[in-house]
Amino acid sequence: MPSHTVCELRDVSFTYPGAAAERGTKVRPALSGITLSIKDGEWVALLGSNGSGKSTLAKHMNALLVPTQGDCIVYGMSTSDADHVPAIRNAVAMVFQNPENQIVGTTVEEDTAFGPENQGLPPGDIARRVNDALAATGLREKRQSPVYTLSGGEKQRLAVAGALALDSSCLVLDEPTAMLDPQGRAQLLAVLAELHRGGKTLVSITHRLEEIIHCDRAIVLVRGTVAWEGAVPELFQSTEALREWGIFIPPLAALWKDLHARGITPLPSVPSLPEMVQALCP
Amino acid sequence: MKFLDNLTFGQYVPSESPIHHLDPRCKIACVLVLLTSIFMVRHTTSFIGWGLLLLVVTSFSRLPLRLVVKTAKPVLILALFTASIHIFFTKGTPVFSLGIITVTREGLRMAAFTALRLLFLVLFASFLTLTTKPMELADGLERLFSPLTRFGFPAHELAMMMTIALRFIPTLLDETDRIMKAQLARGAYFDKGSLWKRLKAFLPVLIPLFIIVFQRAEDLSTAMEARCYRGGKGRTRMHPLTWRTSDTIALLGLSLVTALLLIADRTLLP
Amino acid sequence: MSIVVDRLSHTYHPNTPLETRALRDITFELQRGAWMSVVGHTGSGKSTLVQHLNGLLIPQSGSVVVDGMEVREKSPHLRAVRRKVGLVFQYPEQQLFAESVLEEVAFAPRNWGVPEAEIPGLVQSSLALVGLDGQYLERSPFHLSGGEKRKVAIASVLASAPEYLVLDEPTAGLDSFSRKELVDLLTALKEKGYGILLVTHDLDIALQASDAILILNRGEQVVRDTPRRVIEHLRGDHIPGLSLPDIVTLSAELHDRTGTVPVTWDWRVLAQAIGEMKR
Repeated sequence: MPSHTVCELRDVSFTYPGAAAERGTKVRPALSGITLSIKDGEWVALLGSNGSGKSTLAKHMNALLVPTQGDCIVYGMSTSDADHVPAIRNAVAMVFQNPENQIVGTTVEEDTAFGPENQGLPPGDIARRVNDALAATGLREKRQSPVYTLSGGEKQRLAVAGALALDSSCLVLDEPTAMLDPQGRAQLLAVLAELHRGGKTLVSITHRLEEIIHCDRAIVLVRGTVAWEGAVPELFQSTEALREWGIFIPPLAALWKDLHARGITPLPSVPSLPEMVQALCP
Repeated sequence: MKFLDNLTFGQYVPSESPIHHLDPRCKIACVLVLLTSIFMVRHTTSFIGWGLLLLVVTSFSRLPLRLVVKTAKPVLILALFTASIHIFFTKGTPVFSLGIITVTREGLRMAAFTALRLLFLVLFASFLTLTTKPMELADGLERLFSPLTRFGFPAHELAMMMTIALRFIPTLLDETDRIMKAQLARGAYFDKGSLWKRLKAFLPVLIPLFIIVFQRAEDLSTAMEARCYRGGKGRTRMHPLTWRTSDTIALLGLSLVTALLLIADRTLLP
Repeated sequence: MSIVVDRLSHTYHPNTPLETRALRDITFELQRGAWMSVVGHTGSGKSTLVQHLNGLLIPQSGSVVVDGMEVREKSPHLRAVRRKVGLVFQYPEQQLFAESVLEEVAFAPRNWGVPEAEIPGLVQSSLALVGLDGQYLERSPFHLSGGEKRKVAIASVLASAPEYLVLDEPTAGLDSFSRKELVDLLTALKEKGYGILLVTHDLDIALQASDAILILNRGEQVVRDTPRRVIEHLRGDHIPGLSLPDIVTLSAELHDRTGTVPVTWDWRVLAQAIGEMKR
């Protein structure tokens, strides 16, 4: 059972510098009074509409941003302490929205090696990490391929491979599926589910509710504050609140909720499609 | 109608040849030796020897000769241009005259000489990029220049810039293509009017392109930071460069051959 | 009046080692006031097809005829075709360059030589079509939100006064609400008489909104039919990378077994039908 804390935010507030100068008047902080913790081995979904502060929050977990107020503690180390930053970045890896803008190497292999090379590992260890990361993301055949020959989905899996090669215990993914087609999206989610089974701590940021079905826990951000926190099935129950938060309910979940309200209760929690077919078909 | 399709000059061509396997530092050194030697050639006839050397190097590289020759195509115009200047403006023994233009024997010789020199410079230099992966090349240059870091020379930074530039060239070409097409679809002209008009027509392409480039640069620097990049210090490589005996042999062998060619040029020919 | 595409094929880099066939024997007709969706996975040839419709690519074999004008090399009609068929590229907000929304939207009509006196009116009406009012005119397009930028980009194409609107993945990167807003906008344009050709990998949108759907797989036309018939086809013949929306699959399964539940993409309709069935 998960017990160890990976990341803890204590009353974190954050305001972008320069935001004040532009508007002149009152500035709304991007995050205000956020308290939450991520446990070892968990898969946590961080949900929110555009401008809810979810990307800003993600960047705190990797010390790319540090709180203006409060503390962000990763494996017992405060991100505000510059001496801890290298260790924190070794422990928490990030994958960003646009795969194109995070790939440094010109070939799949070169790019995957970039992280461990920065960590200063001996060549043999780097090669081992690269092998493992490419195997986990299904890119072994593409090892020598130039990056520009990859599809969007493959590029995003390469970004995940690059993060895995850092051998960090936690992976934070900032809307990794936003720019992918359905096929690329499904393949990436399958890779994540496999990593979760292998014990990796995952934090995925998204506005797509249908992508969080396999997550253990969900945190909803609304205008920079935590609006809701709890188990995923419970979140699907709160249709009205979701609408208010600007989160779109997947049709299958909406149908299930509606049938529930009509007193036709095929299943106790949000079902998958095959479950639904089985429950409804006479 | 893909606008920027023909930019393949001197691109890396993978192969399992002895030249491909040489250390990039060795190849850079070899190219430097070749280029300086070619500049020291005095006689046009000597280029026969250099032509043979080119054939030998080509066969070692296991690249089709056609491909190697193709890389010189873009400089052909330049070569012809310099050659024609020499033909028309060198004084000496006239061969034939056409109106005010007189072609001299010396002019023809000089034209052939400069054109051949330029072509051989380009052909030999192209082997470096044809047989070396861009990243290896950047690595090689970084290592060669690393002794200068103590004088403040940014060897690592330059190599990293080169890598990133190479990584993003295909992406930016695609993007340029897309923006140009988008503006064409909005009725833009790129091929009409005076030079000034044409340049102005490119603003709607350049501005969006700059915005994209800056956005990318910002995102990329964040991503690199997240991937533990802290500059060249303490960074290791998966494939560290190793100077082998074969590299020493290649460099010495090539130096010997070029020296012999140069001696022949000075002594055997009048 | 319509766009007629007849046995259109296209091969990139013909007669080189890089030769790739992008399109093969595509045939369809798009009327004004109709909406057709072209659905396919990445690399199915969708973008190549789109570029043929307004002369950015010239047919290598087969033909494209827009309101009677054939798209040919050096055709005197090429610019007329380009103006009739408005083309909205993927992530169109990345093409914005002007310092104000007014200048941005005025770019196309100025290129077409619309008299300067008519331009403000044309700009206003184009912005109105995408739901933006006059207060945007003086604002910089770069300081707008993502959704607004995209609307300005679409307005900047509408300002050419096209008769057909071809959109390449216009919903990419938008959240679900903006996506719905865009589909409603296109539906309204269709009702105003524009011919809409939507290129997407989102079958959900295609099934909801179009009159006809063309499915592309590796450059070949798999099926072209009404949404209803396309569902039947896809249930029988699965295409990798293209799966039917959950609600459609569920309703079709129920339809097969009960006969009373309709095949639908709308969960409300399905909930209603299941409610009646259970009663």
